[in-house]
Amino acid sequence: MRYMSRPHLIGSAALALVVGATSACGTSGPGEESGGGSEGGLEVWALEDATVNPIVQQGIEQFNESSDVSAELTTYVNDAYKQKLQVAMGSPNAPDVFFNWGGGNLAQYVNSDQVVNLSPYMEDDPELRESFLPSVLDVAEIDGEYYGVPMLGVQPIVLFYNKQVFEDAGIEPPETYADLLDAIDTFKEQDIIPVSLAGAQGWTELMWLEYLTDRLGGKGVFDAIAAGEEGSWQDPALLEALSMCRDLAERGAFGSNFSSIDYDNGSASSLLASGKAAMMLMGTWELGTQTDRNPEFVESGNFAYTDFPTMEDGEGEPNAIVGNPSNYFSINSDTENEEAAVDFLTNTVTSDQYVEGLIEAGQVPAVEGIEDQFSSSDTPEFSEFTYNLVSDAPSFTQSWDQAVDPATAEAMLTNLQQVFLGDTTPEEFGEAMEQQR
Amino acid sequence: MSQAARVERPGILWAAPALVFFGLFGLGPVVVVAYLSFTQWNGLETPVWVGMENWQALPGDPNVGHGLLISLGLTSLCWLTQTPLAIMFGAWAAGKQRIRAVASAIFFLPLLLSTAAIALIWRALLDPNFGLAPDIGPFMGLPNGNFLGNGSIALYVIAFVILWQFLPFHMLLYQAAARDIPRNFYEAAEIDGASRLQQFFSITVPQLRNTIIASSILIIVNSMTFFETVLLLTNGGPGTATRILPLHMYFRGFSGFEMGYASAIAVVLVAVGTTLSLLIVRITGYSKMTSQREGA
Repeated sequence: MRYMSRPHLIGSAALALVVGATSACGTSGPGEESGGGSEGGLEVWALEDATVNPIVQQGIEQFNESSDVSAELTTYVNDAYKQKLQVAMGSPNAPDVFFNWGGGNLAQYVNSDQVVNLSPYMEDDPELRESFLPSVLDVAEIDGEYYGVPMLGVQPIVLFYNKQVFEDAGIEPPETYADLLDAIDTFKEQDIIPVSLAGAQGWTELMWLEYLTDRLGGKGVFDAIAAGEEGSWQDPALLEALSMCRDLAERGAFGSNFSSIDYDNGSASSLLASGKAAMMLMGTWELGTQTDRNPEFVESGNFAYTDFPTMEDGEGEPNAIVGNPSNYFSINSDTENEEAAVDFLTNTVTSDQYVEGLIEAGQVPAVEGIEDQFSSSDTPEFSEFTYNLVSDAPSFTQSWDQAVDPATAEAMLTNLQQVFLGDTTPEEFGEAMEQQR
Repeated sequence: MSQAARVERPGILWAAPALVFFGLFGLGPVVVVAYLSFTQWNGLETPVWVGMENWQALPGDPNVGHGLLISLGLTSLCWLTQTPLAIMFGAWAAGKQRIRAVASAIFFLPLLLSTAAIALIWRALLDPNFGLAPDIGPFMGLPNGNFLGNGSIALYVIAFVILWQFLPFHMLLYQAAARDIPRNFYEAAEIDGASRLQQFFSITVPQLRNTIIASSILIIVNSMTFFETVLLLTNGGPGTATRILPLHMYFRGFSGFEMGYASAIAVVLVAVGTTLSLLIVRITGYSKMTSQREGA
């Protein structure tokens, strides 16, 4: 139930084992032969997701009823998808419509002329562009042109906590960074891990750096990094945020064994659910993970959430957010059925039925004016919380590892893990990343 | 008769299927990788020739030297743990007693499991919160069960898991070889009054010499390219503490999509692996080896 692409456990293993075979037998979807850029058909690739796939599938069936071109959905597990897509896009077996994360990930394909520019279509149909939240649609904007359409809910990163644990300790969820530090000390005294952190995977640590940097130095710090400006990796706010990360680790905020805790096998989430840990910084997909793995935790009402603490003397906006604005559908420029593909994106993904389906599944679609529809959601309060968080946010910074190019992301995550472990100083991090730039 | 057969045998043709396969799947990829190591390629566009750029970047990448060191360290650890234990267990299992046959059958079980399954099972066992690690840890000086997240221990844990997985295989080699040692060597030794220990060191071990070399080459070459267990157990972590060179190549290639740079690392790996196995073959005189059986 994660929509981020991370080279992680099982999938990477699967990839390692079948790397030779994937290109030969990639399509696992049902039905007839489905070579990409397929003749007469529309191959749609997406991530495997038990709650969202049926909605997309329904949309496809609806589309097929009214179109001469028949679309077909093929899904892949999260882990290997990015690699699979990268290999396929260089070959004749590429999909017509593909799921992506926008940002640097999409830009890579745009730069090699493999994505259809959607701006002309949006100019023809201004309503289409206006139907999406601008801050979300903008992530699929590359060099001033739109190359993707949001097809899932927004996924900001929020601070989850276990209500019972806070009540037992007699404290309130932290509103400011000073509160957070106090809470950490309180929980430490009680032998509770203050914050569950899946330190075996660098991207969970990155969430802390993203928020701390944003609160300290504002949105501009990462904008400069994303733009590749000289010295941007050595911005004082970034270095300060890095040493705060290190301080948190040294203070024992993440317990003593965070570097062997994993997110994908559910350890980090179970720590929070079982009350062994009090808080966890994670994307809103955590609701799905908890519903899937620890349903009694969600039902008990102890599954609670709040926004990231504010920082009194920080320059950043106190209610700015980071995370994944959404996931996107884009069109392969090699497709033989561009019109049908555009039709699919413009009519299906924005249809009322599709949006309602997403809301029911607990997602918060990146569509304007849906706040009165959340009553149909399984978790209306959480949907409302997420929607308000996103609409009130002055900025929504995309997860850094999705926004920069893959090589930079890889180096950043590696260096960051070393900072958390104390093997590398913030200055060394800055120098290493500056070299990478 | 044999003369005639030799003349009629179409030498090259007979070797052709093997040569074509080796060329296509063995040499071919190496040549392509060597070419790619001089290019910049993200897997999407056409590779762009950049000359020596990737190669010049190699020495400046701290993870390359570090990765090579850890790879060599892991290789030595694997050899040092697997060889003596496999000889001991193999020689023991070579005995004819029923209990030994049953015990070794049970002991061979890890051979039937896939590497990925083994790594995932151990990963679950070593989970510091929900596995066995918090129960075992206190006895081993790690009260928080942080086996995989401790930079100075993680590599030993990996070596242990590899040992657990591959010991049965090498034990099988030694068992078979130990059974081939003629009984009369031991009978003669007993008449001379040699103890069991003396027999082991003066007869069994020297007689297993060829097997030791074969098994060592397998261990060393295998662990130089060892990958899945490390990827699944620690993912190269904590930090880069267990990021062996093949893993670094994978991260640069398949996470960073720097295929050209990853190819340069691959060439280094090929070179190191080949050198090592050539060295072993040379030093041990493996190529000149003859049978040591009685009457041969």
